[in-house]
Amino acid sequence: MTPLIEFKDVYKIYKMGDSNIVRAVDGISMQIEQGEFVAIVGQSGSGKSTCMNIIGCLDVPTQGQYLLAGKDVGMLNDNQLADIRNKMLGFIFQQYNLLPKLTVLENVEVPMLYRGVPKDERFERAKKALERVGLSDKLNHTPSQLSGGQQQRVSIARALAGSPSVILADEPTGALDSRTGRDVLHLLQELHGEGNTIILITHDNSIANTAPRIIRLADGKVVYDGPSGGKGAVVQAEEGEAAVL
Amino acid sequence: MNFYQSFKLAIQSIMKSKVRAFLTMLGIIIGVGAVTVIVGLGNGMKNYITKSFESMGTNLITVDIQGRGTSRTISVDDMYALVEQNPDLLSYVSPTAGVSGTVKIGNKNIKTTRVSGVSEDYMKISSSELTDGRFIQYVDVLRRQQVCVVGSYIAKTYYSGNAVGKTLKINGTAFTVVGVLKEEAKSEKLSSDDVIFIPYTNASKMSWTGTISSFVFSGASPENINKAVITIKEALYKVYGSYDYFSVVSMSEMLDSFMTEINVMVIVLGAIAAISLLVGGIGIMNIMLVSVTERTREIGIRKSLGAKQKDILGQFVIEAATTSALGGIMGILFGFLLCSIGTNIISSLAQETITVVPSFGAVLGAFSVSVGIGIIFGFLPAKKAAKLNPIDALRYD
Ligand SMILES: Nc1ncnc2c1ncn2[C@@H]1O[C@H](COP(=O)(O)OP(=O)(O)OP(=O)(O)O)[C@@H](O)[C@H]1O
Ligand SMILES: [Mg+2]
Repeated sequence: MTPLIEFKDVYKIYKMGDSNIVRAVDGISMQIEQGEFVAIVGQSGSGKSTCMNIIGCLDVPTQGQYLLAGKDVGMLNDNQLADIRNKMLGFIFQQYNLLPKLTVLENVEVPMLYRGVPKDERFERAKKALERVGLSDKLNHTPSQLSGGQQQRVSIARALAGSPSVILADEPTGALDSRTGRDVLHLLQELHGEGNTIILITHDNSIANTAPRIIRLADGKVVYDGPSGGKGAVVQAEEGEAAVL
Repeated sequence: MNFYQSFKLAIQSIMKSKVRAFLTMLGIIIGVGAVTVIVGLGNGMKNYITKSFESMGTNLITVDIQGRGTSRTISVDDMYALVEQNPDLLSYVSPTAGVSGTVKIGNKNIKTTRVSGVSEDYMKISSSELTDGRFIQYVDVLRRQQVCVVGSYIAKTYYSGNAVGKTLKINGTAFTVVGVLKEEAKSEKLSSDDVIFIPYTNASKMSWTGTISSFVFSGASPENINKAVITIKEALYKVYGSYDYFSVVSMSEMLDSFMTEINVMVIVLGAIAAISLLVGGIGIMNIMLVSVTERTREIGIRKSLGAKQKDILGQFVIEAATTSALGGIMGILFGFLLCSIGTNIISSLAQETITVVPSFGAVLGAFSVSVGIGIIFGFLPAKKAAKLNPIDALRYD
């Protein structure tokens, strides 16, 4: 079986002037299977977001191959990438990234709008997704009328409503207090339980531990890839970081 | 994403900042309003002129002779002979000898009235009618009878309707009123009702040269009017040996040349007004560029959710087109307002009813042009938005 996501020696290198080169992603290879829940963890600047942008087809690698469901993303044009983002990927951002002028319901409908889903079906699916995240009473509110936790749940509903192959969450709890953060994580765990593939990005070890598998990055390299399994992963992870430092 | 959704987005975005949208539209509003009123003014003038020509009859030919200093002159009899020789081209002729001076009725001096010396055929040429008495007759002309026919303005104002049998004085000579013409222009002062006709033989005696230099012919048929003009010109050329000493113009030619003049005026003024449309278009482009920058993050979000370049392009082009179309509609309303104000002002200045009416074609044209301007000037900013890299757009604050 082909993995859902496969990195083959992927690099993302930024040239800042002649001498200063930043290796944000420095030769990463990994595979993520359909239905997995993976946490990508690492310190600030370790290359997590860059990784996620490549997975999310928002950015292209400088070098190396990224295969999504067996297809080489590097060979696709702008329109095809937009199609993949629309149909296969669901994003959850740290800053929610809702459209402020639209209502909660309209926000959730946007990806389906670009997909050409008919009005009635769009409405039904958006409503169902919002029910799933517990916001069925807020359909006609605007984002600014909601709390941070509620806004993040809207963005989860938006990612969910398009029934994507992968849900990508970059620091989804970063702007939330610890209790609301735990609710959001719990929701992600439930979605995983329902068969969704989830990639969670965080710098926080305890949050990473909600995922069964952890990929730890340091300076753009994978330093640990294995089960979270309590203490072992963390210790191993710290050793890995120490080795790089 | 379909047109309706893009349109809805555009309306939402315009309603969100009404003042800005209005200021953006202002150039378009003024431009479209100006074009509408200018075309309306042209139409009003054309209608007015056509109407007044129609009341005179369009198959008239006027002849003016400026042939001073030449030994030979054409006589009234020569002109009559011309009509007799060309019955298929010409029906009637009458001298039209203007008399300058004052008219005195009772003890009132009247200065506005136009006094002309004409022949007995003039009434047929001008297709006017009488309400009272008779017109000037052949014997009046032959014997230089001191009789006159007055317009309805004179009859109403100075004789309270009973003019026949009364006398008036033209440059000191007494004339007896023998007929009253039917009202043509509401019996207003200075209008075609403010006239006095006398036998041309009397008129030529009053003018200091003693010769008749203006004539009016009526054509036998409208189709042959140009041929008739040529025939008259050739006859006059034989006498004067040059085309510079006279002018022969048919009413339809004159009408045509008036129409051409008005068209030129409308085009020139319209082109000046259209510059404002261009400026309006640049204003729209400017605001759209600002808007794209302001909404970079929104564009990034939309792209991350699967918007294609054409979706973003469509969204911004439709927004620009909607803005300028709204401006166009307001401009048309503004133009109609100006038209009704213009009608009032012109009518009160000219003492004639000149209705400033914008044509349907002009309104439709102005609207299409404003939509077109929105599309053209919105395209560049929209292209810029569509081309944004999703990750850069998302990171933008
Ligand atoms: N557009 C860019 N131009 C230049 N350097 C960049 C760019 N984007 C990221 N980087 C660099 O790449 C490295 C990795 O950045 P990245 O955003 O992936 O880190 P991260 O792991 O997500 O960090 P954080 O936890 O703070 O979000 C950093 O050193 C960063 O400065
Ligand atoms: Mg990051």
